[in-house]
Amino acid sequence: MRSLLDIILTPDFAFSAIRVTTPLLFAALGALISDRAGAANIGLEGIMLMAALAGVVFSAYTQSALIGLLGAILIGLLTASMLAYFTLKLKTDVILGGIALNFFANGGTIFVLYYLTGDKGTSASLASMVLPNIHIPVIRNIPILGEIVSGHNVLTYIAILSAIGVWYVLEKTALGLRIRSVGENENAAKSVGVNVMKIRYIALALSGVFAGMGGAFLSMGYVSWFSRGMSAGRGWIALAAEAMGRGTVLGTTLSSVLFGVADALSNTLQLLNIPAELIRILPYVATVVGLLAYAIRETNKRKAKG
Amino acid sequence: MNFENRFELIRTFAAVTISLILGFAIILLVSDEPLSSIYYFVIGPVLKTRYIGNVIELAIPLIFSGLATVILFQTSLFNLGAEGVFYFSGLMAAIVGIGLSLPAPLHAIVAIAAGGLFGMLLMFMIGYFKAKWNASELVISLMFNSIFYGIGLYILNYFFRDPDIAGFASFKMQKTVLLANIIPKTRIHSGLIIALVTVLLAYLFLYRTKWGYEIRMTGINGDFARYSGMNTTKAIIIASIAAGIISGIGGAVEVIGMYDRFRWAALPGLGFDGALIAMLAKNKPGSTIYAALFLAYIRIGADLMARMTNIPSEMVFIMQAVIILLISGGKFLEKYRQKALLREVKKNA
Repeated sequence: MRSLLDIILTPDFAFSAIRVTTPLLFAALGALISDRAGAANIGLEGIMLMAALAGVVFSAYTQSALIGLLGAILIGLLTASMLAYFTLKLKTDVILGGIALNFFANGGTIFVLYYLTGDKGTSASLASMVLPNIHIPVIRNIPILGEIVSGHNVLTYIAILSAIGVWYVLEKTALGLRIRSVGENENAAKSVGVNVMKIRYIALALSGVFAGMGGAFLSMGYVSWFSRGMSAGRGWIALAAEAMGRGTVLGTTLSSVLFGVADALSNTLQLLNIPAELIRILPYVATVVGLLAYAIRETNKRKAKG
Repeated sequence: MNFENRFELIRTFAAVTISLILGFAIILLVSDEPLSSIYYFVIGPVLKTRYIGNVIELAIPLIFSGLATVILFQTSLFNLGAEGVFYFSGLMAAIVGIGLSLPAPLHAIVAIAAGGLFGMLLMFMIGYFKAKWNASELVISLMFNSIFYGIGLYILNYFFRDPDIAGFASFKMQKTVLLANIIPKTRIHSGLIIALVTVLLAYLFLYRTKWGYEIRMTGINGDFARYSGMNTTKAIIIASIAAGIISGIGGAVEVIGMYDRFRWAALPGLGFDGALIAMLAKNKPGSTIYAALFLAYIRIGADLMARMTNIPSEMVFIMQAVIILLISGGKFLEKYRQKALLREVKKNA
């Protein structure tokens, strides 16, 4: 136990926890904003994957990390818009649409990768760029805190700002009010003149933008290449984080951090011969327990009301 | 056949055709040798007995996952847990195959029963949570997929992994557990018979029993079913259990039918395929056979194409996505439907 604490209570561990939380937080914010508008986006996994590839491709061909990031965001936006088109216009079920999107990303990324590089596994042969790390002045010189908080990828800071931004938009703006009303009671929103389709479209498009940034982080920050299936379940974890955070920005952010810590922990605990496989499932178990506790309480409340 | 059914059939064909055209378009765009690529993709699977066998072998697990999903979708349950059940039940069957010593037919039966039992328990939980407390079956089933994948990996890595094998594999299962080959020159195993019998049983269950009726009514309109005195809680749980047993059997049959060791290092993806098959089959148990054969055919075709030419077989995933989007798109071909309906009405007037 002693050695475990020695590992966890280090700036290095906190730093790596923040690092692995970044893509989760982006995707979870995407899950949050679409879910609040009443459209569960389970295609986040695929959107991240496509954005990760887009970041590599755009940055490799322009030799600009910024254009790579914008390309990733654009692809995230476009694929989410595609999902929105099918679900809102053609009335595809949003869950099935999400499944389809994941299939599409799975095949499409490998296809594009193969077409451009002749390799079906990684983009190693493309000279893609990475997004810079930011060293915060003053804070970087504070012992411990500076080691933990400073020196992260620029997207990590954007993720934190995004969480604040999403909170602000949802709670303090007219758009946020409309998003929430559409999610809570579509017909009531319609009756007071809210354009339900438009709001859902905006929410889904925003979720694509966030997932796009999460994908960009994976291939242009976390590592410097694209590899097949590299979103590796993060889109699903994001849904869990959103569910566990019960659709609030703070709850979702904290859940994302919890999942990130568990992920960082599972890497560390392998060193101590504790099965990483079991550590890694803890967040999912916590999500199931949390969801059940909530569902049971709601049911009892309803029954008490009669 | 009435108008709506006919229209649904046309829609399905249109969706499949569009996806095929898209597949061809991709080939033309990417391939250096488009004609031979298309040739292998379309004709490849029937060129050799072995390839036909491959299609049927692949269709067997797809039938199981399709059937399980049909039952869930008919109850309006968005439960994607078949994925995790397939994985873990397959592992259960492999463990029975490695650890127990039983005579030939009995050993396989015990392995399949172990798989079915696990599937039943897991899906029962998901169904119970949904029916009792209205907990989202989608999120919980996705979580369970990850949880049981993790537990399965742990069990495999720590207790059953064969250190002498370079790749990721369990110890060898005993010969007595493996399903017999039923057609020479292929690897088609007796799991095919189990799959076909399961289709028949699922049909009888859904359309010829009171439970099946209540399940379908719960799916069509839960409130109506409840007001007319049906126990929708029970219907949801029974449907979940049935789907769990079927996917559990499917996982077990796949592992002891196709392999001599457990080799799944990742979730096999069969649970999600079930959603596509259920949609292609229009949620009809009998049609899952055709839908599974179709999906297996284009997968094997794409594999052959990838082997013979320079097109990655992952093209199939793009086609699958298009099929799902178009078939589930209620408004796809809506204009055509209205015109055709108008014609129909005028004709009858």
